[in-house]
Amino acid sequence: MGEKTEIYSGIRQKTEALLKIKDMSLSFIQYTSGLRQTELKVISGLSMEAHKGEILAVVGSSGSGKSLLAHAILGILPSNAKLEGKMEYCACTLTQEKKEELRGKELALIPQSTTYLDPLMRISDQVIGSVEEENEGLRKKLQRKIFRKYDLKPEVERMFPHELSGGMTRRVLVSTAVISSAKLIIADEPTPGLDDKTLKETLSYFRDMANNGCAVILITHDIEAALKISDKIAIFYAGTILEVANVEDFKNDGEYLRHPYTRALWNALPQNKFQAIKGHQPMQDEVTDGCIFYERCSKKSEFCSKGFPNLKRVNGGLVRCNNVS
Amino acid sequence: MKHAKLGFFLGKKTIKLISLLVVVCFASFWIVEQSPIDPVRAYIGEMSIQSEQKAKLDEYWGVNTPVQEKFFNWAGKLLKGDFGVSLIYRVPVIDVIKEKFTASLILMACSWLISGVIGFVLGIIAGMKNGTWIDKAIKTYCYILTATPTFWLALLLLMVFSVYLGLFPLGFSVPIGVAAANVTLFDKFQHLILPALTLSLLGVAQIAMFTREKLIKVLLSDYVLFAKARGEKGLDLILRHGVRNVALPAITLQFLGFSELFGGAALVEQVFSYPGIGQATVAAGLRSDVPLLLGIVIFSAIFVFFGNLIADLIYEFIDPRLKQKEAML
Repeated sequence: MGEKTEIYSGIRQKTEALLKIKDMSLSFIQYTSGLRQTELKVISGLSMEAHKGEILAVVGSSGSGKSLLAHAILGILPSNAKLEGKMEYCACTLTQEKKEELRGKELALIPQSTTYLDPLMRISDQVIGSVEEENEGLRKKLQRKIFRKYDLKPEVERMFPHELSGGMTRRVLVSTAVISSAKLIIADEPTPGLDDKTLKETLSYFRDMANNGCAVILITHDIEAALKISDKIAIFYAGTILEVANVEDFKNDGEYLRHPYTRALWNALPQNKFQAIKGHQPMQDEVTDGCIFYERCSKKSEFCSKGFPNLKRVNGGLVRCNNVS
Repeated sequence: MKHAKLGFFLGKKTIKLISLLVVVCFASFWIVEQSPIDPVRAYIGEMSIQSEQKAKLDEYWGVNTPVQEKFFNWAGKLLKGDFGVSLIYRVPVIDVIKEKFTASLILMACSWLISGVIGFVLGIIAGMKNGTWIDKAIKTYCYILTATPTFWLALLLLMVFSVYLGLFPLGFSVPIGVAAANVTLFDKFQHLILPALTLSLLGVAQIAMFTREKLIKVLLSDYVLFAKARGEKGLDLILRHGVRNVALPAITLQFLGFSELFGGAALVEQVFSYPGIGQATVAAGLRSDVPLLLGIVIFSAIFVFFGNLIADLIYEFIDPRLKQKEAML
């Protein structure tokens, strides 16, 4: 299987995506009052691609459902979740069974915090993970090598998660992905709470992974951090992706950016205009007919209030807006 | 460093034990003093005597000495290790307790272990299969058990297995009419099974429900989600992360259950006429054997205290998280 994939990607190189998501939507079945069921839509009509050797940053505000996107790709959603749409990995449909087979091997998650480590398990055992006995020696060696690379001292191996500092935790979590030799790495909010030096270091790990041929999806709310290392930025808003821009598009006044929201986000940064736009993201249970950004948009027209625009290719990027051509 | 901490911990606990015993002595003595129990009457037994003789005996035993004096007399002797003489067994209290406690200890140890292991396994299964019919069956079983009085279950087992099926002896810890020297280990074992089974069956419920709840919580945790994201699944996942995180609190709970074990033993021993500390307690209470009753109260307090002590030790010295917290303080 691995070999075949190798050939596949060898031929198509960067042009073919490692992971392709088309029109994904995710909703949760909830019981409201009594036995009445409602469906809460958290992601709708989301399309994106992750390429080998590239970092794709998915940027959106906290609580907008970005983590769920990661969980959906890995197939670790709770049982009341309903996932629709098409997902392809290496040009094969990514079914739940396929996800279960691939995760830990080709798909890896780098979670956000220390709570994702077993509080009662020693660090080396966690990094090594669950392996057959005959492979244990090999994995142990690999783990030592990775720890040396990430400057984790040998005594860290015997520590428990609560004994790690923030930076160490980050490196340990990164190690869990590196040891798996995964091809698609999804990092979920890897930057909050890090000082400048650790932040730089952490970001460089992801760049390294991409340079080694992995496809990295970086889920974050920190657009500045994302701009430092990513190749492409996907703007996540109210459960969908409004724009996929190249990192070079983010400059000056944002005139190369396609979507009004992306431009607003760019101009809200302190080093730019430091201007916030009014309003807030629509809540998950708010039903909107037209463009999801309609209420807050500065360029809206009558046409925008009916039907959500489709994703279209503009200047080497993707955008969901009627007013761009 | 570590020894110093252990020393400090044990020192603190020793002081706690001493203050606990002082309070227990005080309270139990006061309660007995307030009760209508007449120790002299208990001493005389069924013999009929004239009131004149009774008055003489009262004076001899010091019935009319002031309460404080009585207490200090008794407590002073306690400090020297003298618990007095049992009125019903006519031997020193300490000997009675020693003999009865040993008999009960094996019974309690068996049921403690069995209920712990079975309860834990059932809890893990139920938690793992949360919501399925297996989980519901285990839950129902546990609810029924918690609602079952100990003596009732003991009687039921006795009726079914001893009376109807004749598989086990009706009671006592050794066969009737056999010289003590001829009692085999098998005999003793056979007499132990039903009482131990009763206690085990009842002990299962609490630990199983606790383990189940705890495991369900663990399975919803971030670290289990992450383990799944790394390809771990099924029983392997449960063993690697579930059991690891549930075991410590479950063992702690089992040690905290020493007091219930003691209460359960008293009832079960009564039904099975098993000559242990439980039965001695009931006998001492019913037949106004004050020295024995007070002695047992003190010993059971120590027994339960040690159960709690072990639970604390596990938490403070085995759980790595608390180990760390202490070190930071």
